[in-house]
Amino acid sequence: MDKIDLHDFRFSGSQLGEIPDLRQLDPADKAEMLMSGVDVEERERAGTYLQVDHGRVHCKSIQPGVEILDIKDALKKYDGLPGYFWTQVDKDKDEFTRSAAENLHGGYFVRTEKGAKIADPVQSCLFLKGDMVGQNVHNVVIVEDDSELHIITGCSVAHGSKGAAHLGISEFFVGKNAKLTFTMIHNWADTTVVRPRTGGVVDEGGVFVNNYVLLKPVKDLQSYPAIRLNGRGAVARFNSVIVAPKGSHVDSGSRIELNAPDTRGEIISRTIASGGTIVARGFIGGNSVPAKGHLECKGLILGGGVIHAIPELLGSVDGVELSHEAAVGKIAQEEIEYLMARGLDEEEATSTIVRGFLNVDIMGLPKELQDVIEKTISESEKDMF
Amino acid sequence: MLRIEDLHVKIGDREVLNGINLHIAENETFILFGPNGSGKTTLLMTLMGFGNYEITGGRILFRGHDITHAPIYERARLGIGMSFQRPPTIHGLKTRHLVRMCARGRDLDVEGLAQKVNMDEFLERDINAGFSGGEIKRSELLQLMAQQPYLLLFDEPESGVDLENMKLIGTTVREVLSGGIEPRPETSMKQQRVRKRPVSGLIITHTGYILEYVNADRGQVLYNGHLCCEANPRDILDHISQYGYQECVRCLN
Repeated sequence: MDKIDLHDFRFSGSQLGEIPDLRQLDPADKAEMLMSGVDVEERERAGTYLQVDHGRVHCKSIQPGVEILDIKDALKKYDGLPGYFWTQVDKDKDEFTRSAAENLHGGYFVRTEKGAKIADPVQSCLFLKGDMVGQNVHNVVIVEDDSELHIITGCSVAHGSKGAAHLGISEFFVGKNAKLTFTMIHNWADTTVVRPRTGGVVDEGGVFVNNYVLLKPVKDLQSYPAIRLNGRGAVARFNSVIVAPKGSHVDSGSRIELNAPDTRGEIISRTIASGGTIVARGFIGGNSVPAKGHLECKGLILGGGVIHAIPELLGSVDGVELSHEAAVGKIAQEEIEYLMARGLDEEEATSTIVRGFLNVDIMGLPKELQDVIEKTISESEKDMF
Repeated sequence: MLRIEDLHVKIGDREVLNGINLHIAENETFILFGPNGSGKTTLLMTLMGFGNYEITGGRILFRGHDITHAPIYERARLGIGMSFQRPPTIHGLKTRHLVRMCARGRDLDVEGLAQKVNMDEFLERDINAGFSGGEIKRSELLQLMAQQPYLLLFDEPESGVDLENMKLIGTTVREVLSGGIEPRPETSMKQQRVRKRPVSGLIITHTGYILEYVNADRGQVLYNGHLCCEANPRDILDHISQYGYQECVRCLN
C-alpha cells in the first residue's frame, strides 16, 4: 500500500454554515448519508450531530437524558474534559493522531445522564464533501452509570469524490451497569483514505456492543478499536461485516482486554474479499479470572482478492478461557445444491448464503437501516459472483 | 410420473449404477431396499441432479420432460422434492425464510405448517444448526410441504429418529404423499381425490419402519448397481430380515 501523505489533503478552509433542517441538504449528499443510516427526518432519533468537512452543520438533542454537543463546545463547557479527552488514545501514537490533536475540526460529544435509558438512537454523520479534503474529528461518548444509549454513526463521502482523508479519534466511557451500542456504517469511495483511532473503557457490569459495517469501496482504511474491560462483570462484543471490492485495502480489527474478574469479550467478524484486500485482526487478552473471550473470524473470497486473518489470544493468568475460530474459504457447493434442490437457481442460492454469512441480523438494527444495508449488500453482490 | 431408462452413473472413476430401469406411476409409492453401498443414495442424488454424479448413459423422464441433464433447480421447479439425510447448516439463514423460499411466491401459512411437524419453535433458528436427527427430518418435511412436489424422494426417513418422532414423521410422510387428502366436512375424500394433484414417492429404507405409515405399492432391491426382485415391499422386508441380502447375490449370479 502506498504511504499516505497528509500534505496531499487540505485541512482548512472548508466550512459550511449551519443547516437547521436536514431535509434542506443537497439531495445527492442526502442519498449518501441515508446509506449510512442517517434519518434526515430525525424521527425516532434522540438527537443528531452532523459535520461536513471542517465543521459542524447540525447538532441537536431531541430527547431528554442525553446531551449532544460539538466537541469544541464541550471542551469549553467542561474545561477541556479532564479525565476523558485523550485518555483512551495516545495523542502521539502516529501522524494521524497528531494531526487530530493539532488541528481539531470538530466531532461529537455525547453524554447520557445517570440512569437515563435513551429509547431511540443518537445519529451522527461525518461527511466529506470537498475534493482532497482532510478531516480531523475527535468524538467522546460518555454513558453514565445505569444508563443506556445506541449511537448510529455514518461516515460518508460525496458522490464522485476525487479523494479525501478522514482521521477520527473516538473515546468511549461506559459506566457501571451502563450499556453503549455503537453502530458505525462506513460508506466511503475508492479514493478515500481513512484512519480512525479508537479506545474505550468499560466499568463494572457495563456492556459495550460495537457494530461495524463496511460494504462500499475504500482506498485505504486502517481501524483497530481497543476496549478495556476494567470493571467486574463488564462485557464487550464486536460484530463486523466487511466487503472489499477491487481496489479496496482494509486493515480492520478489534481488541478487547479482560482486566477484571467475570469479564467477557467476543469478537465476530465476517469478511468478503471480492477483488480487494482485507486484513482481519482480532485480539483478546485475558489478564484476570474468571474471564472468557471468544474470537470468530470468517472470510470468503468471492471473485479474487486476499484475506489475511490474524486472530490473537493472550492469556496472562491461570484459569483464563480464550478461544478462537478462523476460516478463509469459499461457499460450500453442498450448501448451494441444498438450496437449488428447493428451487433456487445458482445465483439466488449464492446470494442467500452470502446474506446469511454476513448476518447483519445479529446487530439488532432499526428496520429501515437494516433495509438500507440489505440493499447495499445486493448491489455489491455483482462483484462477487 | 417418473421413468428411468438404462441409467448408468459414475462417481469419479467408479460406475455405481449400471443400467437401472424404473417406472413410478402417478400416485404410486415405490420402496427401494438394498445393503449399504449398493447405490440407493446415488440413485436419489442423480435424480435430483447433484454435481458429483455423472450420468454416462440412459435417461430420466419426469412428467414428460427429459431431465437427464437438467440443473437441480429446474428439477425442483418441475416438482421433484427431496428429503436430505444430512443437510448442511447454513448460518444466518432462518428456517422461516427458507420455508418461504420453498413456496416460490405461493401464499403460505408458515406457522400453521410448522405446527403440524412441531417445528414452530425452530422458525427463527438457523437452518439445521444443531438440529437433532428427528428435528432434521421434521425440518425437511416442513420444507417439502411448502414446496408441494409431485415426486418425493426420501432417503431413510427413519434414520436417527426416536420412536416418538417416528409416529409424527411417518404420518406426515403419508399426508404429504396423499397430496393433502383428509376427511373434510365440505367435500368427500373421493371428490378430493378426483381433483387432487398426482403425488408419487420413492423411499429408501433399511428398517422398514416407514412401511407402518405409508401405503407402499411396490418395492425392489438395489444390489451392486442393479435393480432386482420386484415384489410387495412387506414381503421384501420379511425376506431381508430373515435371510439378509445373500439371496440377491445368488439371484444376480
